[in-house]
Amino acid sequence: MAGRVIVGAGECGARAALALRGRGFDGPIHLVGEEAELPYERPPLSKAVLAEDGAPPRQVVNEAALAERSITLHRANPAVAIDRDARIVRLADGGALCYDLLLLATGARPRRLQKDGAEIAGIHYLRHMADCRALRQRLGSGAKLLVLGGGFLGLEIAATARRRGCAVTLIETQPRVLMRGVPADIADVVAARHRAAGVDLRCGVGIAGIAADETGAAVTLADGSRLAGDLLVACVGAVPNTELAAAAGLTVDNGIVVDARLRTGDPAIFAVGDCCAFPLSSRDGRVMRLESWRCALEQAEAVAGSMLGEERPFETVPWFWSDQYELSLQVAGLPEPDHAIVERRLADDAFILFHLDATGRLAAASDIGPDGSIARDIRLAEMLIARRARPDPALLSRAEVKLKGLLAA
Amino acid sequence: MGRWVTACAIDDVDEEDVIRFDHEGKVYAIYKSPQGEFFATNGVCTHEHAYLSDGLVMGDIIECPKHNGRFDYRTGAARSAPACVDLATFPVRIEGEDVLVEVG
Repeated sequence: MAGRVIVGAGECGARAALALRGRGFDGPIHLVGEEAELPYERPPLSKAVLAEDGAPPRQVVNEAALAERSITLHRANPAVAIDRDARIVRLADGGALCYDLLLLATGARPRRLQKDGAEIAGIHYLRHMADCRALRQRLGSGAKLLVLGGGFLGLEIAATARRRGCAVTLIETQPRVLMRGVPADIADVVAARHRAAGVDLRCGVGIAGIAADETGAAVTLADGSRLAGDLLVACVGAVPNTELAAAAGLTVDNGIVVDARLRTGDPAIFAVGDCCAFPLSSRDGRVMRLESWRCALEQAEAVAGSMLGEERPFETVPWFWSDQYELSLQVAGLPEPDHAIVERRLADDAFILFHLDATGRLAAASDIGPDGSIARDIRLAEMLIARRARPDPALLSRAEVKLKGLLAA
Repeated sequence: MGRWVTACAIDDVDEEDVIRFDHEGKVYAIYKSPQGEFFATNGVCTHEHAYLSDGLVMGDIIECPKHNGRFDYRTGAARSAPACVDLATFPVRIEGEDVLVEVG
């Protein structure tokens, strides 16, 4: 009997399966994954799970909960093809699953470093639990780690490795860390914290060569200097897993293109999470692909409704967060270089920046501070963004003016 | 039987807001609803360690500051992912200006 097939058993796919069941769908649900693990949360893989030898991933759902909900999980058995005419998904082990509706939650994968068109061997990446185990095993105290890439992932790995007593050198070819989507004032706080923790931070450097094997790694910079370590982890972005969709003839443009209900051009096929490009409500419907944990969760919920016939368009404000050392930083909305910035000091060591577009509309907010100190204000800012509010900048700057009050206004 | 302890004064919490209350090594969250009614739950999210007192109260909902898991603070019921385990709740009563919580 045909049912709902979900390709991708990461957190997004698993939560979509749970949401379908939670909303009363009573037909078969198949969850198809490439990993051997039960679905788990990926964000801790660069933090708590990387920090402790033997720490298990945090599961999204366990065997009993899957059984109770009659969700069939196909582990270590990735989908290899979609036959849209016959509505069949073919699996790596030769099996086939019939669907009446198909959901693609195939995620993204780390961009891999290449030289002369071939992948450079011996480099660590972090996406799956298996990657985390491999990296963790090498991060014993005293290991010398080279991190390539000063985005959230590279910085989080650097922070965790320092806490484990590793010597860490982080190499970023851009002039500063967190160039993509995080304002300079916040990136400066992050960079200073890493330097205070003893990370050798090299920004704005050119890379002339990379070499790595089981025994060591080295990066040669454009100026001829050579940085050597025991291992190298590359965190230089992710590419969406769209091959399956493209081979099936679905439209792909930096992600599997979906409409506001998260449906592809084929009415029987939906896509969610890091693999999809969707019209972003808070950006006037501009089609974008996000790599946002929370957006993936929201889409998992929303697509369950769409797959059950609801017509409600998906709405979200992009939200990103990172935890490094005792610091937490969050970004709601998508900051742009031409935004006017209004600062609100929350404490000596915490502040929030409001990003206003040319019309005075609150387009984004970003903040940094000790864990927990900033969450409430950014959440309220996010609600202001969702309402397309044009708050008075003078009120935004004053910490004693409650944002909740602005929301009510 | 649990014991009643004074957690705070009624004016210590704004309406539709939450504060933290620590007692004998345990952390509680004390809520005042938009209608001015008081409630108490365990102060730490059931998903990952985060203090709910740093979160946002919206109507009957407390949203965790860390990953936006939501709970109904009146019943402790988990309302949205990633939260899936309910929060423990504790009886509350008002004595004069004081908010008392019955600790476990």
